[in-house]
Amino acid sequence: MTPQKRSHHRLKRAVAPYLYLSPSLIIISLLMLLPMVTVIGYSFQNSAVLRRDPSFAGLKHYQAIFADPVFWASLWHTLYFTCMSVVFHMTIGMIFALMLNSDRINPTLRNILRVLYILPWLFTAVIIAVIWRLLLEPNGVVNSILMQLGIIGSKVEWFSSPETALHAVTFANIWAGYPLFMVSLLAGLQGIPKDFYEAADIDGAKAYQKLIFITIPQLMPIIISISLLDFIWTMQVFPLIWITTGGGPIYSTEVLSTYTYKLAFSSYNLSQAAASAVIILLISLGLTLFYIRYQKAR
Amino acid sequence: MRKRHTPKDRLITVALHVALAAGLFFAAFPIYWMLTSSFKSNTEIFALPPTILPKAFTLEAYAAILGDPVKLRFFFNSYFVAGAVTVLTVLIALLAAYGFSRFNFRGKGSLNTLIISTQTIPPITLLIPFFGLVVSYGIFDTYVALIVTYLVFTLPYAILLMTGYLNTLPRDLDEAVAVDGGSSWTALWRVIVPISLPGIVATSVYTFLLCWNEFLFALTLTKSTSMRTVPIGIQLLMGQHAFEWNQMMAMSVLGSLPLLLIYLLAQRYFLAGMTAGSVK
Repeated sequence: MTPQKRSHHRLKRAVAPYLYLSPSLIIISLLMLLPMVTVIGYSFQNSAVLRRDPSFAGLKHYQAIFADPVFWASLWHTLYFTCMSVVFHMTIGMIFALMLNSDRINPTLRNILRVLYILPWLFTAVIIAVIWRLLLEPNGVVNSILMQLGIIGSKVEWFSSPETALHAVTFANIWAGYPLFMVSLLAGLQGIPKDFYEAADIDGAKAYQKLIFITIPQLMPIIISISLLDFIWTMQVFPLIWITTGGGPIYSTEVLSTYTYKLAFSSYNLSQAAASAVIILLISLGLTLFYIRYQKAR
Repeated sequence: MRKRHTPKDRLITVALHVALAAGLFFAAFPIYWMLTSSFKSNTEIFALPPTILPKAFTLEAYAAILGDPVKLRFFFNSYFVAGAVTVLTVLIALLAAYGFSRFNFRGKGSLNTLIISTQTIPPITLLIPFFGLVVSYGIFDTYVALIVTYLVFTLPYAILLMTGYLNTLPRDLDEAVAVDGGSSWTALWRVIVPISLPGIVATSVYTFLLCWNEFLFALTLTKSTSMRTVPIGIQLLMGQHAFEWNQMMAMSVLGSLPLLLIYLLAQRYFLAGMTAGSVK
């Protein structure tokens, strides 16, 4: 190559990555970063979207939200729904992963069960919601089994009584979400060096000691990063609750996403909905920052 | 080291299998119930005691769904939107991933962090400005509205997945092209793309699933029945005939077929995509 050609080549090398990235960056800036700025703008306007020249509203919409008892109830339900979901996703995922990883079961059975245990993951939230509505119908199969076993005395209206609705949607979400943990932990288990366990066997360690001192510490990075992601994603769940209970009865399953959706598209109060959406965004961003710091520290 | 075949050991093995069976019931019974209910009549679904296998096996629910052009349109819309978004996403993500994987440049680290963090932006936050934009550009209730919005959610995952895959490919291959005087563009299409097919398949599968499952934006950005996708169709069916449970289950089975088929035929790619967000 001539020196001229080489410097031309070097210039191309320097510009090329930006060219390759530009379509993605344009889409992400225009359709993700710009809308985030827009929604923050809406939250400070009166009659955002609905009027051409909305007036400045200051913090009015945020004050209205913080004064709304339904918002605080939604926040509490979101917290309960999310914490319970993450804890049980992790517990069930761990138990299933440990069982599948045991050398006491035959490899064919293990492979069949691994496929079947992942099943809930293959269904869309809407379909999961419809399935659980059928199962938990007052005349449905869950009530009739529980009554035959004598666990409940009369038909329970799982999704339509305020005492049980939040537990019922949480249960459905627990069922729907544990496979992510199971699959990740199973991969993690297979990555733990066998000599760790052999050394423990020589020292005469019991099974529970191996679990506490080898398995769990080795899986900790996976447990922490998946819990954080699961927490962020579960907090944003919409269709499952929308289709099973719609946030009712009497707000008993209202979560931040259904609360915001109703403000925007049932009451057409888009400004206040924008304020609520910004609050959700801030919570998510806080958790995301935490997640990225953790990933970088690893 | 382990002592086998002692009575205690055998007891543990039996207990493990009982627990496995309980786990199987927990995981699979709801799905089993959906599947069998789709072959039952409506009265049999609520029969007391419940029937484990359909007593009077019938395909009437499937006939009702597949014979209704309105419902077939839901399926067409879902396949069309998911297919279009998948093609666009994979193309755009491939270029970005190539940039990330094969070049060092200023701002690489922060751009990567930006893309990772966009994965966690709440859809509900973007919904309100998207609604405003879609209405003001006059694309409310069109395919374009859905395709453009879905693109934004699939792109970050697709970039991360593709970058991860390209990083596993040896750099000598594309460097050989550079030595021969070829541009990086030539290296991408002649060398990288042909050997990246597994990564491209995994990314396509995952993108398709994200679109197929989407509910919130399809609910808000479309209005007419002819623009609705399968998830919204199921919800509409629920509102219209709240008691046609066998039809709802049949529609759910049909709506789950793409995911089930992909899972059975391409389990490896499926899992690669589903765990992509969490292993990065």
